[in-house]
Amino acid sequence: MEFEITKKAKRNTLLIAGGGLLLTLIGIITNFEDHHFMTRFMASGLINAFYFFAIGLGALFFLALAYATETGWYASIKRVIEAVAGFLPYGIGLFGTVLLAITMMDGAHLYSWMDPEVVAHDEMIEGKSAYLNKPFFWIRTIIYFTVYLIFLNGFRKRSLEEDKIGGTELHFKNYRRGALFLVFFAVFSSTSSWDWLMSIDVHWFSTLFGWYTFAGMWCTTMVVLILVTLHLKKHGYLEKVNESHIHDLGKWTFATSFLWSYLWFSQFMLIWYANIGEEVSYYQMRIENYQILYFAMFVINFAFPMLILMSRDAKRHAGILTFVGLIILAGHWLDVYIMVSGGSLGSTATIGALEIGMALLVMGGFIWVILRNLTKSPLTPVNHPFLDESIHHEI
Amino acid sequence: MANKVIYVMYDDDGVLKDGAKKLVSKGIKIADAFSPFPIHGIDPIIGVKNTRLGIMAFIYGLTGLTLATVGMRYFMIVDWPMNIGGKPNFTYLDNILSFIPITFEFTVLCAAHGMAITYLLKNRTLPGMPAQNPDPRTTDDKFVLEIRTADNSIDEKELDELIKDTGYIEIDKKNI
Repeated sequence: MEFEITKKAKRNTLLIAGGGLLLTLIGIITNFEDHHFMTRFMASGLINAFYFFAIGLGALFFLALAYATETGWYASIKRVIEAVAGFLPYGIGLFGTVLLAITMMDGAHLYSWMDPEVVAHDEMIEGKSAYLNKPFFWIRTIIYFTVYLIFLNGFRKRSLEEDKIGGTELHFKNYRRGALFLVFFAVFSSTSSWDWLMSIDVHWFSTLFGWYTFAGMWCTTMVVLILVTLHLKKHGYLEKVNESHIHDLGKWTFATSFLWSYLWFSQFMLIWYANIGEEVSYYQMRIENYQILYFAMFVINFAFPMLILMSRDAKRHAGILTFVGLIILAGHWLDVYIMVSGGSLGSTATIGALEIGMALLVMGGFIWVILRNLTKSPLTPVNHPFLDESIHHEI
Repeated sequence: MANKVIYVMYDDDGVLKDGAKKLVSKGIKIADAFSPFPIHGIDPIIGVKNTRLGIMAFIYGLTGLTLATVGMRYFMIVDWPMNIGGKPNFTYLDNILSFIPITFEFTVLCAAHGMAITYLLKNRTLPGMPAQNPDPRTTDDKFVLEIRTADNSIDEKELDELIKDTGYIEIDKKNI
């Protein structure tokens, strides 16, 4: 069945984006005179562009994972995953623009290693300049973006082709490409988060940072997949998706929340225990400036999904999943917010009209792109070899 | 009339599932099913209740969590305050981070062992216990439905008629 965007969804998306635009403008006008305005503006752009870009990327990763592991159950929600992954080109456009603007401003106090004056007076940054310099940063960024887009286009093209011709040849091609994507992604997920997020705290480093960012991204992706699936179910689409599929998505949310908490704790505990000056600075800064927010964010992202989603019934209940999902989405947004603001704005960072407005603005666009993507192809793939298994999925 | 237990044997899990569906739709109560592997979807057909093992796992986990916390607080802080790696442990709360990995491990240990032992006890399959399945072939490639006449008000002859339609390969009756 072809999906049509409901009038209510259209109106709400417009309201979110419109409200976001209004708040952003209010934020710009009221803070324009502020000394830190440009840094704050770019930081806000980076937070929101990365956050939504990462959801699209997470969906692409999940699709590749499902292909590489020859997963069966997901076949009937495959188009939902593809629709979310389909935000990636727009996310890349937005994120690339923000990165370009930051580069033009010599880092805008976010990437202080881009500022030649800072580098000249800082031996530690100078020592890292073989890796952290503008040209090499852009070469890497462009490679990441290109590889992601090539794989996304390939998966989408073969998926639509499969609808027409069927057979297993395309499936096995997807299988090989999925595995290949995971090889690239294993490296890129780490290095890209070093480039885009960790280099904000340029003196600090953590080898775990890549997985930590990646786990947060994966968790938000699973929540978005649940919310889109529930929206479609509510309006009578996806009749082949049963409670077991929702349960599985709920389990993924539960598991990835734990993965994220585990990595957060591992990073925190090791650094706390070793107590080495150059390592603890990251947490000292955050605990000084964002004590409540930082630990509240951890509790939200850890305790909420753990306690509420633990039982089987909760993972099958649309209302509970939506409630927890929205809280987790906010929690991981805060996580990205603290990652970016902690190293750039420090104690001057606030969440005001600008941050919330931009988040809503990008969210409006994000929802709109996903809904549009859903209309572009049949909601259930016709010839997926595991479709039958997925229809009879029961756990 | 003596109460009887009827063992109906099938050589395919699909046939057993369809047979069970047919019998249940006629109002027959099936006591149990024996199979060499889990049959997907048999539980709701023969009315097996959802397992409560998960609840027990949660309780065992909580027990482990409490034991680990109480134990470590006593060993490391109350009984003999330890100073490891420059982390003086005079309060539990300030050093809680270093206790979390062990607390976590002990929670998992208690939950996993508690669950396994409960499972084996409840199924009476602890090592050395006599086998519960009616026929050793149900551990290989045969499937058995167990029906008790005491559960069903229906006449035994009528029951036999109904069972005949389900495509079984062997039937065995025992007085109990």
